[in-house]
Amino acid sequence: MITIPYLTALSTYFSYGLLFAFGQFRDFFRKIFDWWRSSDLQGYAPICLGLEDFYTRRLYLRIQDCFGRPISSAPDAWFDVVERYSNDNNKTLKRTSNINRCLNLGSYNYLGFAAADEYCTPRVIETLKKFSPSTCSSRVDGGTTTLHNELEESVAAFVGKPAAIVFGMGYVTNSAILPVLIGKGGLVISDSLNHNSIVSGARGSRATIKVFQHNTPSHLEKVLREQIAEGQPRTHRPWKKIIVVVEGIYSMEGELCKLPEIVAVCKKYKAYIYLDEAHSVGAVGKTGRGVCELLGVDTADVDVMMGTFTKSFGSCGGYIAGSKELIQYLKYTCPAHLYATSISPPAAQQILSAIKVILGEDGSNRGAQKLARIRENSNFFRSELQKMGFEVLGDNDSPVMPIMLYNPAKIPAFSRECLKHNVAVVTVAFPATPLLLARARICISASHTKEDLLKALEVISSVGDLVGIKYFPAEPNKLQKEEGMIKED
Amino acid sequence: MEFLLSNLVNPALDWGLKVLDAPAVRAVIFGTSIGGHIFVDVLLLLVIIYLLSQKSYKPPKRPLTENEIDELCDEWVPEPLIPPITEEITHETPVLESAAGPHAIINGKEVVNFASANYLGLIGHEKLLDSCTSALEKYGVGSCGPRGFYGTIDVHLDCEARIAKFLGTPDSILYSYGLSTMFSAIPAFCKKGDIVVVDEGVHWGIQNGLQLSKGTIVNFKHNDMNSLQNTLERITAENKRAKKLRRYIVVEAIYQNSGQIAPLDEIVRLKEKYRFRVLLDESNSFGVLGRSGRGLTEYCGVPVEKIDIVTAAMGHALATEGGFCTGSARVIDHQRLSSSGYVFSASLPPYLASAAITAIDVLEENPGLLTKLKANVALLLKELSVVPGLLIASSPESPIVYLRLERSTGSMKDDQHLLEDIAARVLNEDSLLVVVSKRSKLDKCHLPVGIKFFVSAAHTESDLMKAADSLKRAASLVLKGC
Repeated sequence: MITIPYLTALSTYFSYGLLFAFGQFRDFFRKIFDWWRSSDLQGYAPICLGLEDFYTRRLYLRIQDCFGRPISSAPDAWFDVVERYSNDNNKTLKRTSNINRCLNLGSYNYLGFAAADEYCTPRVIETLKKFSPSTCSSRVDGGTTTLHNELEESVAAFVGKPAAIVFGMGYVTNSAILPVLIGKGGLVISDSLNHNSIVSGARGSRATIKVFQHNTPSHLEKVLREQIAEGQPRTHRPWKKIIVVVEGIYSMEGELCKLPEIVAVCKKYKAYIYLDEAHSVGAVGKTGRGVCELLGVDTADVDVMMGTFTKSFGSCGGYIAGSKELIQYLKYTCPAHLYATSISPPAAQQILSAIKVILGEDGSNRGAQKLARIRENSNFFRSELQKMGFEVLGDNDSPVMPIMLYNPAKIPAFSRECLKHNVAVVTVAFPATPLLLARARICISASHTKEDLLKALEVISSVGDLVGIKYFPAEPNKLQKEEGMIKED
Repeated sequence: MEFLLSNLVNPALDWGLKVLDAPAVRAVIFGTSIGGHIFVDVLLLLVIIYLLSQKSYKPPKRPLTENEIDELCDEWVPEPLIPPITEEITHETPVLESAAGPHAIINGKEVVNFASANYLGLIGHEKLLDSCTSALEKYGVGSCGPRGFYGTIDVHLDCEARIAKFLGTPDSILYSYGLSTMFSAIPAFCKKGDIVVVDEGVHWGIQNGLQLSKGTIVNFKHNDMNSLQNTLERITAENKRAKKLRRYIVVEAIYQNSGQIAPLDEIVRLKEKYRFRVLLDESNSFGVLGRSGRGLTEYCGVPVEKIDIVTAAMGHALATEGGFCTGSARVIDHQRLSSSGYVFSASLPPYLASAAITAIDVLEENPGLLTKLKANVALLLKELSVVPGLLIASSPESPIVYLRLERSTGSMKDDQHLLEDIAARVLNEDSLLVVVSKRSKLDKCHLPVGIKFFVSAAHTESDLMKAADSLKRAASLVLKGC
């Protein structure tokens, strides 16, 4: 839970109010000009109705240089950010040939597999030569190669489930699997901060959707009891089945899921549990096997385990792991398996090799080192940020740490100032977060060295002073107050 | 008895008359005399007000007690997560031991591959491999972030510009998976209340996008322009508000589910007449149709500006992965913040974007690929024109040659078994890999199932002859009894 101070909330509301008023003012004159020119297509309703793109036009475009910055190298610990300029007040941005070498605190490169790797890259290129970049066919038709089967076995063994199925995109994994598992007459209970792909999967399934308070097992229990007692709306028939969907690490909060408690609740009420490990698999746990390993949950208690390969493994795609029967059924009926092009063979090889490195099967202990380093780096960075007085969200061991900004003006200020000092950070605003809770998000990687982190801390601290986002007093006199804040949660 | 009653009634009447006669009743207030009936009216009014002020009768609420809820929870038995596994579900799919080129290796045997939509034969093309290799060395495999958060790599921008330049559109936007292109792009433009007229044979990605958009969906008969016109006419006539709503026609250029080519010139005529916007999925026609492979617009001689939104998967002719959407600058920019599959997903691996650029270059440099593909399709169609029990359902220039049963058994499942039987025979006996269309239980397409040949420019004449021969043989064996 984020407790936003009253004054900050007030000033944030005021800022958005002001931006909204100015936007409306501009829209008013825009309308007059448009009417003057009357160039609109006659007889067609406008493709963006009313306020649909108001946010984009009047708020987002003002700061769009903070998002989507192009890079011209691998997203490693340091990367090349391409400079852009605008001749029309930020409406369009043009690339220049100038680049800035920046410290990368934005990419999901948790284990440092994003850049060329001594073990993975040669194998990936070999696979490329053997299998080409694509199969041009879906998995059931002619898109299954020996590599795909090997990958599925390897992933299943890695996450600790009997079988697995892989897809070429993480988003599709969620949004195409949920409709297969549940339909009309079923209930999906979803964490309030679940990723958009889960939301779209649940909507596509036509099941009823209920939400429980973010990461609160007691509220989940309350919702479950209510729903089981009441049954389906109007008919009051009992639900066909209930699936509880949670994430391992919440990407915008950096929080670890309270999995043991949630599993206990689900078991008690016979609900199935669907765990999305997009950010946690490979990144946490002693051997990188994700939140189940970190929090000591038996993987047999989690019915459906989902994850993506975009983050820790430095590749693309997603997987579902579960019982043999579940996977067989998915292979028979999941549209992403039947209709979508199978995962690109080189990407599949990258995952296979990365898993081998993590497990130490490459004959070195690099994997273990990477896992130790990301944990060390994350915990060091988080505690340093907290000492400086930033409002940092998330749990220990999680490599994702959001710093709260709140005010809309602080979003571009923080991002641009950091970039000036060659530190690339991600700022997140609506629609990825609630309007009031804009934040900067830092993703730590195992490829960051101690010097990198110290430099980042120094820059963030000075920019934090400038922008005014140290919402807590700094270290010496803050200990007690911080304890008070935590208890309020 | 009667006496008793009158004894009771008479005094009451007397009393009533007396009351009505009372001086207070005859009083005159503000110049009006208050008759007895007004006195009664007021009395009645007071009673009504009193009754209205009372709470209406509600049966007392008795919420479930904790114990009752506990009981209900204990009694509740959920369905299993998945239905029981039948033999059908454990169907084995062929496993390739090599690249999915025109000739592939399955179980150690070389087979002729008609299962990959490798229309231009770019799988294994040297230039593609070279550009992928250098991209892999420079950028690594994955992009490790969504486009907004440092997942935009210069090759993505180059690729978007290259596609737009090739098609002659102002801008384009890359998606990281072909399937997600349509189902993200549609909900970005279509909200509750908007009207979408859609062909009944569209593939699942479009169906899912429409479902997520919550628009009003109206189907028309598969590739039937009369049906489309009637539908448009009905909608515009029926709905007076239709003018204020966004209206779309959604079609595929070459239908994945039937191999039919949509008559775009006719669709554009209707669209302009009824003022609808057109969403066109060019997944199977981009890089295939038209003089230079620019797709259905070029094939039908329709200027690309007339089509409002064009989407395509790159996992077919371009032999890479991902998808793109192209159209006016407004259409593209709107997606960059409103299309969920773009905003909330990691971007396309850079080597696949660079492969796409190279593939378009190769296509532009070698127009011969297109003539070869056309010749191959024509040859296969000629050879397959008489297959016992099977009919060609696809359009003459479609690179998906689609054969359906001449006489359906009446159930889609049985049809599918028959066709699968044929496919298994040609694979085992003649080393020929063809595709039988499969339908997920989520798929609402009801077009007849069939056998698909994905023809490639890389197939040789003998491949095609052999394929036709072995299909004829297997079909006559399997369908003999039908």
